[in-house]
Amino acid sequence: MSQTTKGPRPYLNPYLGGTLLGIVLFLSFYVTGGGLGASAAISRVQTGLLDLVAPAHVDRVAYFASQAGGDRSAWLHYSIYMAVGTLLGGFVSGLFNRRVKLEVRRGPRVSVAARLLLALLGGAIMGYGARLARGCTSGQALSGGATLSVGSWAFAFAVFAGGYAVAYFFRKLWT
Amino acid sequence: MAPFELPQSGTVAYALVFLVIGMGFGAALEVSGFGDTRKLAAQFYLTEMTVLKVMFTGIVVAAVLIFASSAFGLLDLSRVYVNETYLWPGIVGGLIMGVGFVIGGFCPGTSVVAASTLKLDGIFFLVGAGVGVWAFGETVGGFQPFFLSSSMGRFMVPELFGLSAGMTVVLLVAMALLMFWGAELSEAYFGRKEEWARMRKLPRDPRKLAAAGALLGLAALTALKGDPTPDATWHRMPLAVRQLVDDRAVFVHPAEVVALRQDLNLKVEVLDVRDERDFNLFHLGGSKRLTAAEASSPDLLRRLLAQPATTVTFLVGNGEKEALEAWKRLKAQGVGNLYVIEGGLNRWLELYRVAECVAQPAPGKPVGEDGMAWNFAYAVGERMPASWPELPVSHRFRSPCEPLHADGGAGHHGFTWPTYEYPKKVKLQRAVAVKGGCG
Repeated sequence: MSQTTKGPRPYLNPYLGGTLLGIVLFLSFYVTGGGLGASAAISRVQTGLLDLVAPAHVDRVAYFASQAGGDRSAWLHYSIYMAVGTLLGGFVSGLFNRRVKLEVRRGPRVSVAARLLLALLGGAIMGYGARLARGCTSGQALSGGATLSVGSWAFAFAVFAGGYAVAYFFRKLWT
Repeated sequence: MAPFELPQSGTVAYALVFLVIGMGFGAALEVSGFGDTRKLAAQFYLTEMTVLKVMFTGIVVAAVLIFASSAFGLLDLSRVYVNETYLWPGIVGGLIMGVGFVIGGFCPGTSVVAASTLKLDGIFFLVGAGVGVWAFGETVGGFQPFFLSSSMGRFMVPELFGLSAGMTVVLLVAMALLMFWGAELSEAYFGRKEEWARMRKLPRDPRKLAAAGALLGLAALTALKGDPTPDATWHRMPLAVRQLVDDRAVFVHPAEVVALRQDLNLKVEVLDVRDERDFNLFHLGGSKRLTAAEASSPDLLRRLLAQPATTVTFLVGNGEKEALEAWKRLKAQGVGNLYVIEGGLNRWLELYRVAECVAQPAPGKPVGEDGMAWNFAYAVGERMPASWPELPVSHRFRSPCEPLHADGGAGHHGFTWPTYEYPKKVKLQRAVAVKGGCG
């Protein structure tokens, strides 16, 4: 494809993109025995940072202690390596397709400030839910879905159900 | 898992493996447009179904590849991590995430990709997610019972529906294809605002149809091939595991079993693979009989897999052969800390004898083989001291006939089993180090 414009290249056909994703997911299972994920890394970065400022608190709260209690390190964990890879892979792909650009993507009727605030809020809700569900969309729905875990399928449908249930009330954000 | 081992945890090579997989993950999400929040949010307004298409294509392609390679012996499914089911926490967490998705416009994985291409909203979302996971860590202590509720362990859809894994994958592909068809219709109707009456409703793109056919075909082939039998799986176990049998590392001397049964830090379970008659004649104290039906039932497997790492399970037969077969079958399915009692009960009875009037060596029956090598006068079950050599009371007992060691009067004897020398073979292993995507 000859590209003369400097704009971002179009995204890949979703079915092709999904196939790529499926192959990566399969290879992950084939090589490591486990699937893909992102929220564990977020959790570990958070615990790791908390461990820097309040190590005693980390040791006292069971959930944090399981990741970084005592002389355990929150950082030396496969999920962190994978997250660094995800950042790199996304960046390289974005660079190649001319999509690396400091910007804010938002719905047509939303101000930048509101979008950023809502991203922060949505992220917090998402982070909380992801830990409660023991995994995010990638770690549960994608990885558990591919290995036919009953809980992961229930989870995946719950995410869509939750989204559709409230989508109407937030329509001004996106349409 | 592949027939090769992952580099040791903590090495650079180990980190690199995950880094490279992560790169593939990030790139696949990015080229699909998952760094753009508008594309993601559009899913919930039915105008663009990219999320559904990419996610379910990913799931289905991976599922077909995983179960096809398992059926054709390229992958050992028992060593693949399957997210454990905690039904209600998962559903409630999923509902919360659905709300977060609509408000924040990302899920954790996609926000990482958005951040990597410098989308400021993705970076803010990530920071928010950090706050969310922190809040969870601080509060989970308050609702621990719910967080741990409805735990069903490794529970897969084929078990739920009583289907073979291959058949489930066929149905899964069919369901995904139907969803994709619906997604295309939805995009045309809600997204491009085409008129329903004039819309082209049936998919015609030959490439899409070919891809769908290929996926369905591979799934059907998997179903036809059938789930791998434990026997086939055993033959594909890594050489090191099969070597355990040749090296006799799985056969544990009876005296070591006795010593382990004395260890209060361990739970020692003995599963007896013999038939009911032999079991009734004599068995080890507290042992359970394992029928052929039970041995191949998912319930037993689930129970054995869920045992804590301080449990040692022994299989025992009259000789070694039958128990070894059961051992291979269970080992192939990932059960750890599993051993066979050396020489079976025939040998056990040589070392820990019962009174002569109760059982005598059967002439012409070799000890090393299956089949009872002892003639019992009557069934004693586990009522003989030989069933419990680890108990101090077994060292002082009233013989039902002539005293075993004629040292005077009948009644309670000071009696000790001989001390046997044995090579220590039981090594406690932690549960197989399979890990989760989001653990």
